[in-house]
Amino acid sequence: MNRTAGKLSLLLLLTPFVLWIVLLVLLPHVQMLRVSFQVRESWDSLSWGVTQYSNFFAESYYWRTFIRTGVMSMLTTALTLLIGFPIAWYIAKLARGRARGVLFLACLIPFWASELVRTYGWMILLRESGLFSGWLQALGWVDGPVELLYNDAAVIVGLVYNALLFMVVPLVTTLDGLDDNLVEAGYDLGGNHWNVLREVVIPWAMPGIVSGCIVVFMLTLGSYLTPTLMGGKDSAWFTQQIFTQFITRFNWEQGAALGVLLLVLSSLLVWLGLRLTGQNLRKVLG
Amino acid sequence: MSSDLYCTDLVRRFGEHRAVDQVSLDVPAGSFFSILGPSGCGKTTLLRLLAGFDRPDSGDIFIRDQRMNTVPPNKRPVNMVFQHLALFPTMSVADNIGYGLKRRKVAAAERRKKTERVLEQVGLPGLGDRMPQQLSGGQRQRVALARCLVLEPTLLLLDEPLGALDLKLREQMKVELKHLQKAFGTTFVYITHDQSEALVMSDRVAVMRNGRFDQVAAPDVLYREPATPFVASFVGDNNRLDGEVLGVDNERVRLRLDTGGEVSGRPSSALAVGQRASLFIRPESMLIGADLPASFSRIETQLSTTLFDGANSRIETRLGERELFARLPQDGSVGDLQPGTTVSLGWEPQRATVFAEAQV
Repeated sequence: MNRTAGKLSLLLLLTPFVLWIVLLVLLPHVQMLRVSFQVRESWDSLSWGVTQYSNFFAESYYWRTFIRTGVMSMLTTALTLLIGFPIAWYIAKLARGRARGVLFLACLIPFWASELVRTYGWMILLRESGLFSGWLQALGWVDGPVELLYNDAAVIVGLVYNALLFMVVPLVTTLDGLDDNLVEAGYDLGGNHWNVLREVVIPWAMPGIVSGCIVVFMLTLGSYLTPTLMGGKDSAWFTQQIFTQFITRFNWEQGAALGVLLLVLSSLLVWLGLRLTGQNLRKVLG
Repeated sequence: MSSDLYCTDLVRRFGEHRAVDQVSLDVPAGSFFSILGPSGCGKTTLLRLLAGFDRPDSGDIFIRDQRMNTVPPNKRPVNMVFQHLALFPTMSVADNIGYGLKRRKVAAAERRKKTERVLEQVGLPGLGDRMPQQLSGGQRQRVALARCLVLEPTLLLLDEPLGALDLKLREQMKVELKHLQKAFGTTFVYITHDQSEALVMSDRVAVMRNGRFDQVAAPDVLYREPATPFVASFVGDNNRLDGEVLGVDNERVRLRLDTGGEVSGRPSSALAVGQRASLFIRPESMLIGADLPASFSRIETQLSTTLFDGANSRIETRLGERELFARLPQDGSVGDLQPGTTVSLGWEPQRATVFAEAQV
């Protein structure tokens, strides 16, 4: 009786989770996978095939954007790590008491506004008639208005800004657990700053670094608004093409194939990253 | 004799508080020097000054006649065994030991040889491939020592490294540390709040209180001839009796106890008649029985209880407000004692120390 009750309560606890996974994650993806292999023969008949996938490889614009998105996302992830690590170190190790909370809050505050508002914020700063352009002219460094928006650098700035919090939080958590004595021992045994960072701090923080990088990479790869608004015509992002297929062209089959490819790409890169750093997902997720 | 460590008038302030206050010390090469004190006495701050993690506000630190005040920790010929050892958890035992050698650009083959040798010396041959988490507490201790000793430092600082071990292992490691120190010939500076650790291992002990050294002496001197009431009560067990000085003559001071009765002891400093004073007498110097020599001081106390502990058995008695302890010999010389009965205790005056007005 008691065991049945235990089983029942476990079942009840798991139900929302299972429903969420099945209905919102598993089913749509299975459906998308199915659609991506459908070939429309005429208005009322379908057959199975890989036309959509061969389209992807045949049309250079598709796979070029695909590679571009992957490379830019990795660059963004690396930059976010470079900027986020010192911030996390300061919050975890140097800030005390109130300052710590305030700093954390400062990282969090931008997320009270939506991504759209945050991105428009950057556009106000960077556009031709924007603040930076005005300051550069006032300082006499440039003659006329400069367009800082609509290039790859602007996209990366926006993406890094959006991703920073997701890098800082896991890093602060792992660095918090690093015993100060370990750092001191690193110096005491003759190490300089670089030795201590490379041999003591980074190996310790590796789970946080990897989980931060995974989250940031996924977010960046799948982001749509920032690259679209800040990148302009020449800065294509792969999600834009999925959008185009689904919404503009109403070609669901091609859109689904591109969606599946994006999923495969991100999984592959995450797996590769874990292999290269010698981490496994279980350790990273704690 | 040459000194490995020589400090003059070290001061370290935190705001108004002087954590280290005018401390001078001189540690001869190859000796085992302990700093003993209760928690918060400033001993850890002092050790951090020596290691270079902190800078003194005034005073100088010399190691082998080199002024160290402005030398950063990674450039000092000093290594430290941390309280919680601070073994790098992401490195194997061999990598932990090799870390310092690597910083000195020792070639890999040489590094491996040195690592193996030092592991043998600390009694852990062949454990280089283990991770620190896979070792027992005692083994980790040895790795932490090996990690420092392989660098052949002039000075090894130890910050209560035995604190985390269980009692039995601690007793074992005490003796072992002493042997290792002799075998390596390295100068050890050891800080602890455990007086038994300090007494067993050290050549010299400094007793520290409120940022200052009360007394620096060999362990047996510290025990037999404490310089201050604090040392008398902090090092080893002691009984304390308060009273007023009746007379001073011939290396003897006579005291009238607050509870009545007259006793004698050896004065530790100049005392005047009529002055308040405290007499300290060790439990093992306190003899039980009525038939003691006439030269002995004597008090009558109420027996509270007997505490049987083999060779360390003692009786607990009351005299007024104070609890007193006396060793209970297990050779049958003292008969069966019943709680509540009156017990005569006595001591040879030479064995008791009298201080002016103890404020402990």
